[in-house]
Amino acid sequence: MLVPFLFELRRRKVPVGTGEVLALARALEAGLHDSSLDGFYYVARALMVHTEAHLDPFDEAFSAFFKGVEIDSIKLHDELLDWLRDARDEVAELSDEQREWIEGLDVDELERLFRERLAEQTERHDGGTKWIGTGGTSPFGHSGNAPKGIRVGGPGGGRSAVRVADARLYKGYREDLTLDVRQMQVALRKLRTFARLGGERELDLDGTIEATAKNAGELEVVVQPPRRSNTRLVLMMDVGGSMDPYVHLCSRLFSAANKSTHFKELRTYYFHNCIYGHVYATERFDKPVRVRDLMHELGNHYKLIMVGDALMAPYELMAPGGSLDLGDDRGVEGIAWLMLLQQHFPHSIWLNPEPRRHWTGNTIEYVRRVFDMYPLTLAGLGEGVTRLMRGGSGAR
Amino acid sequence: MSADFPRFHGTPTYLTNEGLEASVNCALVLERPLLVRGEPGTGKTLLAEAIAEALAMPLIRWNVKSTTRAQDGLYVYDTVQRLYDSRFGDHDIDDIRQYIKLGPMGKAFASTERAVLLIDEVDKADVEFPNDLLNELDRMRFFIDETQQEIVAEHRPVVIITSNAEKELPDAFLRRCVFHFIDFPTRELMEQIVRVHHPDLEASLSDQALEAFYAIRDMSRLRKRPSTSELVDWIAVLRRAGIGEVKLEAKLPFLGTLLKKEQDLVAYADQLAGGRRWRS
Repeated sequence: MLVPFLFELRRRKVPVGTGEVLALARALEAGLHDSSLDGFYYVARALMVHTEAHLDPFDEAFSAFFKGVEIDSIKLHDELLDWLRDARDEVAELSDEQREWIEGLDVDELERLFRERLAEQTERHDGGTKWIGTGGTSPFGHSGNAPKGIRVGGPGGGRSAVRVADARLYKGYREDLTLDVRQMQVALRKLRTFARLGGERELDLDGTIEATAKNAGELEVVVQPPRRSNTRLVLMMDVGGSMDPYVHLCSRLFSAANKSTHFKELRTYYFHNCIYGHVYATERFDKPVRVRDLMHELGNHYKLIMVGDALMAPYELMAPGGSLDLGDDRGVEGIAWLMLLQQHFPHSIWLNPEPRRHWTGNTIEYVRRVFDMYPLTLAGLGEGVTRLMRGGSGAR
Repeated sequence: MSADFPRFHGTPTYLTNEGLEASVNCALVLERPLLVRGEPGTGKTLLAEAIAEALAMPLIRWNVKSTTRAQDGLYVYDTVQRLYDSRFGDHDIDDIRQYIKLGPMGKAFASTERAVLLIDEVDKADVEFPNDLLNELDRMRFFIDETQQEIVAEHRPVVIITSNAEKELPDAFLRRCVFHFIDFPTRELMEQIVRVHHPDLEASLSDQALEAFYAIRDMSRLRKRPSTSELVDWIAVLRRAGIGEVKLEAKLPFLGTLLKKEQDLVAYADQLAGGRRWRS
């Protein structure tokens, strides 16, 4: 039961590794879970989950695994112990210290305690204070009210761990759901890079003190270039039409980017459906900017984030003159514009508010071949930002 | 199955729940740092005080600021003082040890009894800050280069780290911590908390205040939702002013104690008017 649970956690993208399992085993050995499923829930949660974003997947996995199941806590324990015993031989990634610890683990003692209790009980036991049974206050048994009891099958009283897990209180903290301004800001913050650039104009206080002290008290001034954020970002957003349902999401991203103070420069432009000869400085499309001019002006050290659902009629993407755009660039297809942009900005990503499952069988498929596409969720934004920082070739 | 380690069950003034106790006890037994996250005002910092009080250990605080470096927590070599002293020749400046000042972490390591070390608001500092602490937190020892002296923790301190989730913390750091996310208290727990702070509060006022408080928290457009500490303060003000009952209405007494942003006050009035209010 336990080992599959761990794998289930991994399947739900809760990164559980050897370190977590060892910690759990140590906690169980110390009796921290008080031999109850509820206790186990809290102990496991404290040790397996490292960020509130994983609380909800953990709850899901827990309730999927332990709901309605007659839990035999003793088996649960045995299983972990067996597995640990195997791990002694098998898990290669253990450090020496960890292996030593597993070796020192008194598995037998732990088993003995459980078995003793089981063996000493020979008849069905209801009520009472010591043995496994029902309705008692012994730490073993079920339906009892010992707050730290083992529950051997059957529903427990009070608010059980499965019920806690079932309530899914942490849904709001999931990373794969769409996000609010603040979370976006945190994600965008990763984009900042600092560099000491320019002339040496700032007094390096520590350096000066150090140098002066070393110089036997003769003042020696040390200067350094100021530390400045070095990130320049271009944000291009699709507005109108099929993007209307996502207007809140986009405005949140926009205000997050705007509020972030750690960019040296942030430019925002708007487009409708796809990029043609012009992008617009306002949402009302009244200040057109030629894309060619833009590319001329902005060097390739700018990072580009495109936001849009990339859904449109195929001809809008593929046919020359498929756009409503005015001007002299009408002969160029939308997709060609996208490729131009992508080639010009080696650090570029596309954020798509459409769920990933809708990304095939429509124009998204073509846009994805040009830009690295990520869903507009916290996890997606995080991945995208990492991709932006890493750089490298964009098209897949 | 032994119970020979001290267990934490809260204090008379700090109420806990099973989840929090399990996390604290895990941290105690596994001797790992406990990382506490949660909304502002849910008592993250108070937790360290409560643990120190419950387990009768000294508490050493380290308030992290944006300029804090990991080194500051270990020790500082006061070169300026030494430079000063050298000018007058009335100190023995060859003994560098007197210019080594231990930081909070250094003090916790050097303490002769097990101490509680609170690293408050770890996310305020630079992104790399938590990573710089990893080695010292793991091994509980560090080396003072200037004096060739090693500080080794005789008793591994109980390390409590709080974070407002302003910045993401590095994975390597997270992996080494026991994690706990402090929920916003449920209404029942909140009643108990209020009772702890105001033991002789009339039940009717407590009910009404909580009613209004949770209604305000549920309002959708608030930027900063009021938290426990604001509620406790608000009730204190209400009682001081001799107000016996409150009702959720446009003129809630001392609303400023709960809502501290002007936009929130506007949003509050807006929502109570059911959106019917004309915008001027």
